[in-house]
Amino acid sequence: MSRGRTAWLFLTPALLVLGVFFFVPVLGALGLSLTDYDLYALADIRNLRFVGLHNYGELLQRPLFWTALGNTFYFVVVGVPLSIGASLGTALLLNSPLARMKAFHRTVLFAPVVTTVVAVAVIWRYLFNTRYGLVNHALAVLGLNPVDWLGDPHWAMPTIIAFAVWKNFGYNMIILLAGLQAVPPELYEAARIDGASRWRQFRHITLPMLRPTMVLVMVLTVAGYFQLFAEPYVMTEGGPLQSTTSVLYLMYDDGFKWWNFGVASAVAFALFGIILAVTMLLLRLARRGAAA
Amino acid sequence: MNPRLARWLVNGALFGCAAVAVLPLLWMLSASLMPAGSASSLPPPLLPAQPTLDNYRALFARAGMGRYLLNSLAISGAIAALALVCNLMAGYAFAKLRFAGRERLFRALIGALLIPAQVAMLPLFLLLKYAGLVNSYAGAIVPGMATLFGIYLVREFARSVPDELLEAARIDGAGEWRIFVQIMLPLLKPVMVTLTVFTFLAAWNDFMWPLIVLTGQEHYTLPLALASLVREHSEDTELMMAGSVVTVLPVLVLFLALQRHYLQGLLLGSVKG
Repeated sequence: MSRGRTAWLFLTPALLVLGVFFFVPVLGALGLSLTDYDLYALADIRNLRFVGLHNYGELLQRPLFWTALGNTFYFVVVGVPLSIGASLGTALLLNSPLARMKAFHRTVLFAPVVTTVVAVAVIWRYLFNTRYGLVNHALAVLGLNPVDWLGDPHWAMPTIIAFAVWKNFGYNMIILLAGLQAVPPELYEAARIDGASRWRQFRHITLPMLRPTMVLVMVLTVAGYFQLFAEPYVMTEGGPLQSTTSVLYLMYDDGFKWWNFGVASAVAFALFGIILAVTMLLLRLARRGAAA
Repeated sequence: MNPRLARWLVNGALFGCAAVAVLPLLWMLSASLMPAGSASSLPPPLLPAQPTLDNYRALFARAGMGRYLLNSLAISGAIAALALVCNLMAGYAFAKLRFAGRERLFRALIGALLIPAQVAMLPLFLLLKYAGLVNSYAGAIVPGMATLFGIYLVREFARSVPDELLEAARIDGAGEWRIFVQIMLPLLKPVMVTLTVFTFLAAWNDFMWPLIVLTGQEHYTLPLALASLVREHSEDTELMMAGSVVTVLPVLVLFLALQRHYLQGLLLGSVKG
């Protein structure tokens, strides 16, 4: 048997699964987004009509799409820097020669990452409960007024962001910690001999050496945060006043609540396009920054 | 800065962060042991006055938690096992078997990592609907049977196996399948553990796809059951916390037991990516 044929036999199961359950559906989504596939088409495929770019055009004129897009960008633009900041802060602490019980701390700090989003979102719902939540109780102890965290349109998204940061920072912490540990100690040695302060060592050695890792972490986190769904589903059901309806939440509602598969596919593809564009932009900025 | 003060600051900050990370989880455990209704009092209690397992009893007896637990175990277990087989075979082929277009195909697959999984979900639902797999275990399992990440992970790991080892076996007349099973698989053991933990945890925690495809309660996984419980019984804090414990505890224990493998996979999967 030829080597090439063997290879293809080994590849077949995985490629078949990926092809049938991922690549074909992705192309199908593109196709669906150009049709008016809805409940009637679901009942009888003969009701299906090709509508071209109509769904995308409608999307641009739909206030709820812009709201969802705005909410999602809010979540990404505020959540990602906070997330990575928390990851970098804890990674620096763990990497400090002064830190004790490193393995224990690393495990504890990472624990939220492996927990189930839905289960811990439920915990946060109760911790941020207006009447009985411990968070408002702590505020009361400090003499502050209670906040209706998940019921006030101004506070719902910040609460979800706080939750996401808590849930996710450990992941990037591990990656950044590995990046920090890969910095050759001689560099710090030399800087110390030259009399560079801690801050200047951080600024001129740590940050530049960490740069490639940072770019990677940023791209992965941005792409991940654009896919906000389970948190609002469990914590706020997209409310109050649609202040936490994300793009994927909208796709889910359009598709699986109202069975407008054509419209929902257009929403999905719009999100894909946005993620792709933002990723490319970030990579280009990173490259330009590296050259400068 | 005074070195003693610096040490104090660093460790104080670490302990503070660790406390923030773990306190919600400890409160969940504590509240799950409180008698029904007692978490909703003022001031909110931190510890149960009289610890009780009543909430767990209620969950399993009345809310059918046992069934959801088994569903979660079955679905995540099946995904982990099937994905292990597919990803091992494909990762090995990309690392060690030469064929025309290998690098190009691999690069295309890695490029596809940019496509969010949710883009495929609407047509996938229709596909499975026409195949009669909506609201079945198979519907939740089949899309997870191979993963781009898993193939990448195995390939990275398998590349470090020297070609001479495989060539020697070929010269001895061993068949390709035997080389894979008897020589390659024992060497891939560490990545097999890593991959299994990773896939199992991801499948256990997955929410959106099961929510879409498992339409009947009898097939619900734990996250689905919990999400639907919280919409119906949002007043029963203690019951919900017991449900969260049942959902989170298995994965937390699995992670603690196999932490090293899990973190290795995380680093292998992202630092070079």
